[in-house]
Amino acid sequence: MSGARRSPAGGLIDRSHSITFRFNGKEYSGHPGDTLASALLAQGIRLFGRSFKYHRPRGVVGAGAEEPNALVQLGEGAYSTPNLRATQIELYQGLTARTVNGWPSLAFDIGSINNWFARLLPAGFYYKTFMWPRSAWTHYERFIRRAAGLGVAPTAPDPDRYDKMHRHCDVLVAGGGPAGLLAALAAARAGARVILADEQSRFGGSLLYSDAKISGESALDWVNSTVDELRANSNVTLLPRSTVTGYYDHNFLVINERRTHHLGPGQADPRVSRERLWRVRACQVVLATGAIERPLVFEGNDVPGVMLCSAVSTYIRRYAVVPARRGAVFTNNDSGYQAAVDMAWAGMEVSAVVDLRPRPTGQAVESVEALGIPVYPGHVIVATRSNAKGLNQIELARLTDNGSDILSHKGLLDCQVLAISGGWSPTVHLHSQSGAKARFDDGLAGFVPGQSVQAERSAGSSAGTFDLAGCLGAGARAGVAAARASGWSGGHLDIPMTQAAQSGSIQACWEVPSTELGPTGAKKFLDFQNDTTVADVQLAVREGYRSIEHVKRYTALGFGTDQGKLGNINGMAVLADALGQTLNETGTTTFRPNYTPVTFGAIAGRAIGEDRFDPIRKTAVHPWHVRQGAKFENVGQWKRPWYYPRHGEDMHTAVNRECAATRQGVGVLDASTLGKIDIKGPDAAEFLNRLYTNRWDKLQSGRCRYGFMLGEDGMIMDDGVTTCLEPGHYLMTTTTGGAAAVMGWMERWLQTEWPQLKVFLTSVTDHWSVMSVAGPRSRQLLEGLGCDFDLGGAAFPFMSMREGSVAGIRARVSRISFSGELAFEVSVDANSGLALWEAVMEAGHRFDITPYGTEAMHVLRAEKGYVIVGQDTDGSVTPLDLGMQWIVSETKDFIGKRSLARSDTARDNRKQLVGLLTKDPAYVLPEGAQLVNAPSESRPVPMMGHVSSSYFSANLMRSIALALVKGGASRMGNTVYAQLMDGTIVPAVITSSVFLDPENERQRQEAA
Amino acid sequence: MLQIDCPWCGPRDQDEFQCGGEAHIVRPADPEALSDVQWADYLFNRANTKGAHAEQWCHSGGCRRWFNVVRDTVSYQIADVYLVGDSPPKENP
Repeated sequence: MSGARRSPAGGLIDRSHSITFRFNGKEYSGHPGDTLASALLAQGIRLFGRSFKYHRPRGVVGAGAEEPNALVQLGEGAYSTPNLRATQIELYQGLTARTVNGWPSLAFDIGSINNWFARLLPAGFYYKTFMWPRSAWTHYERFIRRAAGLGVAPTAPDPDRYDKMHRHCDVLVAGGGPAGLLAALAAARAGARVILADEQSRFGGSLLYSDAKISGESALDWVNSTVDELRANSNVTLLPRSTVTGYYDHNFLVINERRTHHLGPGQADPRVSRERLWRVRACQVVLATGAIERPLVFEGNDVPGVMLCSAVSTYIRRYAVVPARRGAVFTNNDSGYQAAVDMAWAGMEVSAVVDLRPRPTGQAVESVEALGIPVYPGHVIVATRSNAKGLNQIELARLTDNGSDILSHKGLLDCQVLAISGGWSPTVHLHSQSGAKARFDDGLAGFVPGQSVQAERSAGSSAGTFDLAGCLGAGARAGVAAARASGWSGGHLDIPMTQAAQSGSIQACWEVPSTELGPTGAKKFLDFQNDTTVADVQLAVREGYRSIEHVKRYTALGFGTDQGKLGNINGMAVLADALGQTLNETGTTTFRPNYTPVTFGAIAGRAIGEDRFDPIRKTAVHPWHVRQGAKFENVGQWKRPWYYPRHGEDMHTAVNRECAATRQGVGVLDASTLGKIDIKGPDAAEFLNRLYTNRWDKLQSGRCRYGFMLGEDGMIMDDGVTTCLEPGHYLMTTTTGGAAAVMGWMERWLQTEWPQLKVFLTSVTDHWSVMSVAGPRSRQLLEGLGCDFDLGGAAFPFMSMREGSVAGIRARVSRISFSGELAFEVSVDANSGLALWEAVMEAGHRFDITPYGTEAMHVLRAEKGYVIVGQDTDGSVTPLDLGMQWIVSETKDFIGKRSLARSDTARDNRKQLVGLLTKDPAYVLPEGAQLVNAPSESRPVPMMGHVSSSYFSANLMRSIALALVKGGASRMGNTVYAQLMDGTIVPAVITSSVFLDPENERQRQEAA
Repeated sequence: MLQIDCPWCGPRDQDEFQCGGEAHIVRPADPEALSDVQWADYLFNRANTKGAHAEQWCHSGGCRRWFNVVRDTVSYQIADVYLVGDSPPKENP
């Protein structure tokens, strides 16, 4: 028995209430104020999991965010959360948790066989063994991941809500220990807007387990009165249970606030989100993030019962847990002595304080000796012995005078808890994330903040000040300085008095020497979560690794969910030693956000679900399309009718019907989604001349023209028809998806390159509802509807626009056609769009008018060989590649023109647009299919191009395709082969890209 | 996330802006007169500066105006914001 129990009094737990919970299927009880770890420790639970690689039994090492071993899967079903640290889970009624790594069971772990074969599992073992041959990895991987794995992600949707807060503040204080509290208080009294965030459920940090007195009162009373003053100040935002997880550019920080975790799933007010992600822009930042105690590295330092000194003190003083009957301390600095004092205070027997230092002196040593606890200076622990319950003996040895070797063995000491302290590592994570570089301080044997890059300052133990009086003073000074730097200099703060406990010397020790007399082959663990040992790091160096970043990846040092909070510094020191470098030369790995893991729910916040992530745009006629049962497709943000199936029709049948009806009678298309840009100003024509490949200066009022816009690289960027409304006033249309980009493109040229051009641009896409009425009966239909202008070909020729009244609605009507049919595009104010549409449908009834969707539109335009930018072009296609030399002006400059003469753009065998007719007229080629000159078994086969558009044409009663083929323009009549993924080879003949009405007679029909 | 001081709207989050890359690349007055190499230099080649970098930004989610920023490509600190058409501020002013 370890003898663990709960003290009858003391601690920050509420003994008047009991909480029942389940761990690995068994029921336990605890009290409000407990963490899962403290409640289990109080009931003698020492085994919390199995290690990742060797499956060794592991217990709790720490008491907070640094905990590497006690990882649990918390909760059930959709609420289940993997890999949480038991040391940070506040206990609630009905909590259920289980060990994440104990497969197949915690007590009997088949994986611990690895422990016996440990010599066969060196660093990089998986890479060396299972990655060769490569194909075998997929076989091994499943087995290895199961044997190794951590927790599992829930599969059901997250039932909780998450949200975000956006804040500006004068001073953000990260960490609410002694330094952070005083920094916040000083800044608040000066008048600054302050945010104080602390990851724990209550403020106080190290004061929550301290026996110190501040200004004559207990540390806890001082914390309470300080927090009360801060809470009463309306300029202060107090955020407990909130971790500053990321420090980004320009003093932008992210805080993860856990609002309802401590209540348990489904217990909180449903209006309260589970977590909040605070996105804070701070004028000044005070980092009072404390320090993390380091383990000592000796053989068997991972057995359950070996804990950090600060954790032992925390469990005893804050949680009233007596962790064992008998304890001991192993330290290389003064702070370890406090754990001995605390253990004795809790009624434990303390076997020894084993101190590496040859001659420790001072207050700490005296206080321990006064309690009658034996102190062993110049001694170390060289081994641990354990039974099924964990640690039960430690082996003491004396060091040689220079400390580099074992002089003699001094026998075994009984203890179930060994408190270890290898010194303190300032929590420089946020400082480093801010872009600054931590530097190694030999005196403190730790990395401390370096030169600030952003507006931040560290205070207290995060800056290497480890005594309480120093922390209070540093916090106050940092708060005053931060407030002043953000413009606040009022207020007054006396630094509270406390006993001036000197923090004594530290003797750096990165690895306790081994002994040949002791148990051989035992491991010295650096990273408990990933089972990285001293030998692994040394092996990596022998195998040629030099950079800390590479060694990290090869040995997995610091790769766990704890990101090496405990083990990294020791590991870097072992590496530096093996390389013969100083720690500053070896350096640290990069500290990246997040400090502790953040759930995806918090990152997503409210931005989940199809209708929230991106806006959905609908045309004015959308309700009509829905009533007609249209199928929709997404084009950019727009919902466009794809096709309109009639009773039981499949897509193919519906599209064939829509295509045929448009060519034979009349069809209507909702074309409202095309981008529309109103261009106005005396230099508008000149601007169009520079944007488009063709000339615009001679375009008369009321006339329309088609244009290509190129990038400066000569590649087609967008296309559309632009109409001259009057001199100096144009309406440009763009592709549906390209509208915003084209608008931005035009604005950029006007602002940055040609500010002297007097041109105004207005996006009017949503102002207009546009319907295209197409087909041989379209003119007849519109005449029947009532137009107050002549629709005849003589008065209203192709590519012109008239303004007037259609069905009593003010309209612009353009004779433009994307189908190749006689067509009228009718634009009305969007508010009248639905009325016009319904009037047209009503009047069209006697012509059997047919609404058609984007799929029929695609087929109709492909029959005519009209390209769609973004489908038949892909950013590597010029107008010349499309055979459209006629649209490229020789007589003026335009964006991209010079690039058309570049050697690569001007060469002959570029991919050029052609038509393809499959030998089998019923076969429709898949779009994207690769084309080759001859089917071949040998690889690689030279690729000649690809299919860009492919449909069945109901009007031609056969399949048609557009393709981009190398030198295609001069290969008419050649056969190429589409070689498909399934091995099918489809022959097709290269033809003109215009399959129907090459003389354009249909769309020009001028007879009334 | 950077905070950029739009000359018209004041300091705003980077979310509202788009970066247009290196500033002060002037479109040649007569592209036809250039060799392929000269044209490629204008079209493709950029200084890829380490340190103070003059670049174009647009407040695309706000006033939609383009302006120039001097930003350190290592520390991401912004040293200066100035209007299109103005000269880059002298080093060590």
